[in-house]
Amino acid sequence: MVAAVRLLRGLLPAFSLALVIAAIAWVNPRAMSYFGFNLMLSLALPIALATAAQMFVIAGSELDLSIGSFISFCGCVVATWLNQSPLLGVAILAGGVLIYAGVGALIHLRSLPSIVVTLGMSFVWQGLAILVLPQPGGAAPDWLQTLMSAKPPFLPLPVIGSVLLALVCHLLLMRTGYGAVLRGAGGNPTAVIRAGWSLLKVKMALFALAGLFGVLSSLALIGISTSADPNIGSNYSLLSIAGVILGGGEFVGGVVSPVGAVIGALTLTLAASPLLTFLHIPPDWQIGANGALLILVLAARARFARTEAAR
Amino acid sequence: MIQALRARPWSWSFVGAAGAFAATIATLHGQGAAGVATAALALAVFMVLAGIGQMFVITLGPGNIDLSLAANIGLASAVSMTVMNGSDAGIGLGLAAAAGCGLAIGAANYLLIWLLRIPPIIATLSSSFIIQSIDIAYGRGLQIKPPPGFADFTSLQIAGLPLLAVFALLFTAGMAVLLRRTVYGRSVLAVGQNIHAAKLAGIAVGRVRAITYMVCGVLGGLDGAFLAGYFRGANVDIGNEYLLASIAVVVVGGTSVAGGEANLPGIWGASLFMVLLLTMLNTFGAGAGARLLFTGLIIVAVVAFGGGRKTAQ
Amino acid sequence: MTVAGGDIVGLSGIEKRFGVARALDDVDFTVGRGERVGLIGHNGAGKSTLMQILAGAVTADAGRIRVADEELRDYSSRQARHHGIRCVFQELSLCPNLTVAENVRIFHPALRGFGGQKKAARLIGEMLDRIFPGHGISADDPVRDLAIGKRQMVEVARAFTTVAEPLRLVILDEPTSSLDAQASAQLLAHMRRAADEGVGLILISHVLAEVLGHVDRIVVMRDGKVAALGPVQDFDRRKLVQAMGGEESAQKARPSRQDLREGPVYVKAAPGKSGAKEFMAHQGEIVGLAGLAGHGQTALLRQVFEASSRGGTFRSKPAAFVAGDRQNDGVFPCWSIAQNITIRSLKTLRRGGLVSPAQEKALAESWKNRMRIRTTDMENGILSLSGGNQQKALFARALASEAPIILMDDPMRGVDIATRQDVYSLIRSQAAEGRCFLWYTTETDELLHCDHVYVFRAGAIVAELAGADVSEEKIIQLSFQEPA
Repeated sequence: MVAAVRLLRGLLPAFSLALVIAAIAWVNPRAMSYFGFNLMLSLALPIALATAAQMFVIAGSELDLSIGSFISFCGCVVATWLNQSPLLGVAILAGGVLIYAGVGALIHLRSLPSIVVTLGMSFVWQGLAILVLPQPGGAAPDWLQTLMSAKPPFLPLPVIGSVLLALVCHLLLMRTGYGAVLRGAGGNPTAVIRAGWSLLKVKMALFALAGLFGVLSSLALIGISTSADPNIGSNYSLLSIAGVILGGGEFVGGVVSPVGAVIGALTLTLAASPLLTFLHIPPDWQIGANGALLILVLAARARFARTEAAR
Repeated sequence: MIQALRARPWSWSFVGAAGAFAATIATLHGQGAAGVATAALALAVFMVLAGIGQMFVITLGPGNIDLSLAANIGLASAVSMTVMNGSDAGIGLGLAAAAGCGLAIGAANYLLIWLLRIPPIIATLSSSFIIQSIDIAYGRGLQIKPPPGFADFTSLQIAGLPLLAVFALLFTAGMAVLLRRTVYGRSVLAVGQNIHAAKLAGIAVGRVRAITYMVCGVLGGLDGAFLAGYFRGANVDIGNEYLLASIAVVVVGGTSVAGGEANLPGIWGASLFMVLLLTMLNTFGAGAGARLLFTGLIIVAVVAFGGGRKTAQ
Repeated sequence: MTVAGGDIVGLSGIEKRFGVARALDDVDFTVGRGERVGLIGHNGAGKSTLMQILAGAVTADAGRIRVADEELRDYSSRQARHHGIRCVFQELSLCPNLTVAENVRIFHPALRGFGGQKKAARLIGEMLDRIFPGHGISADDPVRDLAIGKRQMVEVARAFTTVAEPLRLVILDEPTSSLDAQASAQLLAHMRRAADEGVGLILISHVLAEVLGHVDRIVVMRDGKVAALGPVQDFDRRKLVQAMGGEESAQKARPSRQDLREGPVYVKAAPGKSGAKEFMAHQGEIVGLAGLAGHGQTALLRQVFEASSRGGTFRSKPAAFVAGDRQNDGVFPCWSIAQNITIRSLKTLRRGGLVSPAQEKALAESWKNRMRIRTTDMENGILSLSGGNQQKALFARALASEAPIILMDDPMRGVDIATRQDVYSLIRSQAAEGRCFLWYTTETDELLHCDHVYVFRAGAIVAELAGADVSEEKIIQLSFQEPA
């Protein structure tokens, strides 16, 4: 019985994805093609990378509300400095990752709630983004544009990229010894300390990974959109959290699934815009629909948790 | 004197406010100091109202926060102006409608939190999106002006002191009494310090939380109405800066982010500080980017300085 | 006491204070190769603190630590591990979100690399088979899916696994508390085997039979000092109880008042499966909940507190709760002592809708005197009080409310004798005035104050004793009795 429930929980993300694809297929059968998927999933890779970033933070029982504006900031850097002076651009992006690690250290050393700290940081990053690029503009480096517009045979780039991402994150977090330590710190920090690991290093590592994947997400995003604006990543904080939770993660306890998170990201990419457009939901209501979607996702998870707890 | 200040970290916000004021006046070469002061007080009121609401929610304990405040304010501005319909006779009804709208939002937030077991941050963030959509659809294109009497009231001054500020000060005093000398207020502080102990001490935790979210909602609603009056028109984005601002004034004002400790005078100090800081940055010619950067850094710095919760032995 | 050569570990002159409380006072302690040492003592005797110092989790204020003939300074948990000291504490050290194998991997950093998962799985599987044959645990099971007994087995087995670091000494702190009889027996048998291989073992247990039957030497602690020690043959149950401070007196502290059982029923409940024995408490009664810790007593108290109709619990009057885990369940850390006490009584302190500061102060002062809370000013922060006085404040909170039923969840844990006496006399006088007390305690001698005692085992009541029949022996015997 336990194994059955566990299996069901594990399949929930894939089931949701299938449901959304089925809904799209029903509303607009012509979307079911290489071209169609490539178009609908065009933003899948940036969203999936952002979700992976959030997943690392959630694995440590924390929450990152600044990932969206961080991606905006990095995107602005990519479209300006990375393009014009690549070395400087790389240095700034690396500095961003280091600052992320620093935030993790600060949260651990001062026992701060990550919600408030990352909320504050979100406005730091947002402000920096505006300072870098006050008006939408800039240009993505050529190599990035070429990479992101590739059209491999059989499977669209977003799908290949997502599979690769899921694989890498799964190996990193679920198969290595230190990956177990990282997750363990979210489940029982005392146990991890007793085993001799440094919780400070763990928190810094988790946040640094989040920063790293945030940078990758901004690269993918700018490669696709070819230019940047300081608000380009504003939805990604909420979307990334939703993706992790939809993929089977929990806010506390260090329970995350990398594969589930990527599947969740894909589901949300399809549901956030393409599905709504196909369903002729007016643009005014699309924001609200995103919010309602998140609530639905969490409600479904809550139902599941209750059935599990009742046994 | 430094010792006394150190014992009350929130008092730094008043010091900071004074500093920002001085810097602004210096840049303006001493011109218009009174005007700056009056304007700062007037604008601070709106931050204070939002801040008090947010303070109550944050005091409930870690994880409690209301991210729907900005959207709430925006919607309430539209609702109140629509109900007032440009006539002074509708002022009372309009304010009631704004308060009621806020109350409904607060109740809906808590319903999501309680029924669906959604963490407050996600619940209020999601509902903010829905409220935004409602506001866009509802207020599309309508630039409802406030009734002249209401607009004048919000800008009224007595000897350079905005009337709204006076009322807000009295209101703050009332809230302080509510917090420290009513069963409800003590319950909020108890829940924030130790939710398990509160339950075992016989406090109806669920009811206390529900009421608090609704209080925050009502304050947001009223804030929206007053903002629409002051800025002579409602619009969706009128509340946007108040989301960060409400959290900032709570945190900078000395309320513990871990919950259970609330600081009302600090909210005034922090609001004045924030307003004067923004005024100063504007005077220096800093753009939106610098403003956001500064406010963000200050929040992080203050929270980091304060540190996390110390527990019992 | 000198440290003989060939000892695995030797502590001498260990001192430790927590604030004003002295946890350890000039303690010497050794464990030899292949020796099984039983460490017993009352609550607060200092056993856990001593073991935490040995494991490097806590630093001693004074004293020397020798491991394998080498005196160590800057002793830390890392050093302890390095020298082969392992421990299984009472609060589990497993990460519930990880699998059994992953928990082993965390424990042994040397298991890194891609083959690590398989190695860890094999390691724990083999050890589980060795210690607990027939365990039914798979290395891929997430720990949170395992019942607490199985988790304990995993934790014990993990402590005995070796990869890169040696295994010289294993500290077991109440290891059988969550194990069933078969697993407990298996563990105790394995201890013998491990000792034969030269591993030192320390067994902390409140189950005297376990200690008497499965160790080579016993150390009894009391009030932070070593009260008695010697080969196990020198001891029997009576001597142990005596050394721990529990004099088995023939006469009771006070005669029980059987006539109370006829009075108005305040509480009725039926813990455990249907048809199990019923629990009843009457007006003015002090009812004790006994038995081994964690066998359903706290659950019953919570049930009574919530008094939901679903649980079949009946409570005729309001109830107040005194928490034992004051950090998690009791204290409001930012408030003053006075505010902590009055929180339940605010409604009665209102004058004109608002809480009156004068009334609040008066209430706090009155309870300061009645409970003899040692403080200069009730407006001081609650954390300024010693642990025992904090507990008194929590008592005052419950008693100050007008609730006729008081539920006590082992509130005297780690509290000093003087405080206890003050509280006992207050409980007795309040009960005489008609208040009903439901008292869960892990100290058997406290049960002597009760009019009626229910013994719990595995979540159900296995026996009830009228006050006159209460004795530590009977309680312990009944605690081990399986429910019918």
